[in-house]
Amino acid sequence: MKINKTSLSSVSSLSQKRNAAEKRFRLYGLIGISIGLLMLLILIGTILSKGLTAFQQTFITLEIELIEAKLDKNGNRDLANIKKVTTFGYTPLIKKSFEVLISKENLETDLSSKNASKILSKSAASELRNFVLKDLNVIGQTVSFEFLTNSWIDGYLKGRVTRDTIKNSKNVSPEQLDLVDQLVELGIIKKKFNLGFLLGSDASDMRPEAAGFGVSMVGSFYMMLVVLILSLPIGVAASIYLEEFAPRNWITDVIEVNISNLAAVPSIVFGILGLAVFINFMHLPQSAPFVGGMVLTLMTLPTIIISTRASLKSVPPSIRDAALGVGASRMQTVFHHVLPLAAPGILTGTIIGLAQALGETAPLLLIGMIGYIATNMPTGIIEGLASPNSAMPAQIYEWAKRSDPAFYERAWGGIIILLVFLITMNTVAVILRRRFERRW
Amino acid sequence: MAGTTLLLVGVVLVVLVVFTSSYRVSYLVRDNYKSLNSRIHYYGMFGLLSTGLPVLIIYLLWWLLIPFYFEASVVKDLVNSLGISPDENISLLVGQVETIRDTFLSADLSKKSEVFNHNGKINYEVLASLYDSVNQPFDPETRPLLFQVGYDLWLLEKNANNSFHLVLFLMMAGSVSVYIFVVNPSFKARYYVENIVLGILIAAAGIAIITTLGIVVSMLFETFRFFELHEWKDFFFGYTWAPNFHGDSEMSILPLLFGTVYISIFALLVAVPVGLFSAIYLAEYASSYTRSIAKPMLEVLAGIPTIVYGLFALITFGPFLRDFFGDGGAFGVNWMSDARSVATAGTVMGMMLIPFVSSLSDDIINAVPQSLRDGSYGLGATKSETIRLVIIPAALPGIVGAILLAASRAIGETMIVVLGAGAIAKFSGNPLEAMTTITTRIVSQLTGDGDFNSPETLVAFALGLSLFLITLFLNVIALYVVRKYREQYD
Repeated sequence: MKINKTSLSSVSSLSQKRNAAEKRFRLYGLIGISIGLLMLLILIGTILSKGLTAFQQTFITLEIELIEAKLDKNGNRDLANIKKVTTFGYTPLIKKSFEVLISKENLETDLSSKNASKILSKSAASELRNFVLKDLNVIGQTVSFEFLTNSWIDGYLKGRVTRDTIKNSKNVSPEQLDLVDQLVELGIIKKKFNLGFLLGSDASDMRPEAAGFGVSMVGSFYMMLVVLILSLPIGVAASIYLEEFAPRNWITDVIEVNISNLAAVPSIVFGILGLAVFINFMHLPQSAPFVGGMVLTLMTLPTIIISTRASLKSVPPSIRDAALGVGASRMQTVFHHVLPLAAPGILTGTIIGLAQALGETAPLLLIGMIGYIATNMPTGIIEGLASPNSAMPAQIYEWAKRSDPAFYERAWGGIIILLVFLITMNTVAVILRRRFERRW
Repeated sequence: MAGTTLLLVGVVLVVLVVFTSSYRVSYLVRDNYKSLNSRIHYYGMFGLLSTGLPVLIIYLLWWLLIPFYFEASVVKDLVNSLGISPDENISLLVGQVETIRDTFLSADLSKKSEVFNHNGKINYEVLASLYDSVNQPFDPETRPLLFQVGYDLWLLEKNANNSFHLVLFLMMAGSVSVYIFVVNPSFKARYYVENIVLGILIAAAGIAIITTLGIVVSMLFETFRFFELHEWKDFFFGYTWAPNFHGDSEMSILPLLFGTVYISIFALLVAVPVGLFSAIYLAEYASSYTRSIAKPMLEVLAGIPTIVYGLFALITFGPFLRDFFGDGGAFGVNWMSDARSVATAGTVMGMMLIPFVSSLSDDIINAVPQSLRDGSYGLGATKSETIRLVIIPAALPGIVGAILLAASRAIGETMIVVLGAGAIAKFSGNPLEAMTTITTRIVSQLTGDGDFNSPETLVAFALGLSLFLITLFLNVIALYVVRKYREQYD
């Protein structure tokens, strides 16, 4: 028999192995968590690097002579007559201003003024027309007007479009880019903060530069209003019953199992429910924010009920006993004492539920919140709730589908706005919790 | 309109009664408060609840049920008055009649009476101008009888609405007058108010049940309609998914289920190792400071909306993969033709699922009692041996529960696969090929301009029901396992 002679102070090979295994295992854990955090960083990095540019937009400032003979032949400033001049009547004015610009600044370009003016957005003429129709006094004057450039020029200034990528493009030519380079140097083409993105509405396929996120933000706002008004009272009432009054029997068991299951039902199933019940059966209008809000309410209720029950449970029984002891009824105990003490927790849960609902897309697609595009801000609460609109995540989806890099940029920009809302809501929830939550 | 006015007057009455009742009771008792049964505001509250609540409930019920009743009556009207032949599409006619009804509803009042002459003939000129006034396209080819039925329907609804409002008003007026004579200081106002409130609470708790029932009933109903039009054997046991809006579709759930399960497994292969090791590290190795930073950061991944992941898959991760595996890619292999694939959607979905696995597992590992660890250390085991041989086996049921919850999440996930997985239904083992899932098909079948009576649209409900049942099954097992495990150490 061989005796393993080792000193106590030296490490045996088995111990070495075990220690190595220990280190390896610890490393695996570290790798695991690093991968998780790395993915978060990549995601956030992607969002920021691709989306931040959406908040800037390229504009070109042109001196436009609003020739009276073309816009108002009679010269009597009659709105009805001036309205008869379509956008086609305004296109020559823009071309002309390019001609003037090129000769005045001695720009080197072989482009005709028609091709040069194509660096503008397709909506340029109608922008100009709207400007004139708003204030007829400008007719006959020369005004300096800020136009959107088209999305390729915008992409060129942002580095998304380069001379290599446009080799086979029909939409933009190298000569136009040469012209743009000269205009940038002169300060006539500039990137500026993109207010239209924050306030505007979606635009057609051909005009990504004019597409905005504002109207769908309003759509989301009205939806969240509906979710809050419906799900908070119903959720709190249901939780109070289940936590404070319900006898322990099979019916309450069924309700409880039901609620925890509903919390895990895929969101698209709620969309199918909304389509079948609200739209096909009850004939509520498609694409309306209040229908979307009702669908999201059903989805949010379980979340709110679960968190409300948890915060009701955390109120110690001694509070209830004390209230009952001085002669309050059970109902008074709950509404006068338990509920106020649980309120911070309930609010926190509600905000988190709302944040979840705000980012939800799938159910909205089924009740048609992408089919229509609202072109104007709703003017009142009723219109905001009932007229077709989109919502933030649905609008992002719509842009993602259009397979155009300019729209992708908008989609990422929309995501930044959506995430800002979500972060704000969650921060408020955390602050509420830290500030008001009591430990008993 | 008269009905609505009555209703408004009723509401004003109810509000008045709330204000006056408290005052009345306090007037009756004057300074002798001992004779009061309840505190004064309960009398007012009872006034509000007893007069307002029934009216509100009946009004809501009316609003919910009226479309149901009228739809049935329209069909009866149509069948009786038109004598339609069996091959005509009833629901199409119903739709036409309802459009006509809506037109009459929104049109100017004075024009409506002129549409029909004294002898019941339709005055087409007036009708056309009526359509024009509400911006509805007018189709003179429509059967005259349809206009008649639509008009009758409108009239019927209008009269029904008016008489309903009258009844509501009488109810309110009645309950108000009864209330004024019934209430006196010895009336047990608090008792009744609390019982009514309890009833409201119970009703709110019932909404959860109603939602589930609504999901099941509405989808079952549409699914049965689907199976009337489509062979159920093909749906459950067919091999191809090829919906065709001209009819004669082959629609089987199997290829979709295959794609769903494949992508979910791929996602779990990413999420489970990463999530589990993160959980182990956080629970056993990390300092409390690291933990307080890393855990919430990981949970941010769960709070990001899925549309963000979808976009990331479509625009960033898919093309990134294609740069390696696609035509002319870094690996020189042409295995990937589209940015959308099982691997694209699966990996990104895995990212999303990491916190689902890690957070729950972390809680469960933390719930394993310290005595188990101490016993293991006392026997000379290293930390990793304790984790592998003691803690993980003890926490295994809970971890399995967490993984099942993540799996149910993966199967029901929609936006990532809609944007990242593609639209081709097939059985293929290649993770770099595009594949489709149940949820993507639900979206695509229901977002088109499909007719809700064609099997190609109705199939979405059958798919939805299957999805609901699959996830329900996973959830029930997972919740059962998690719960059972938690009880062991409490």
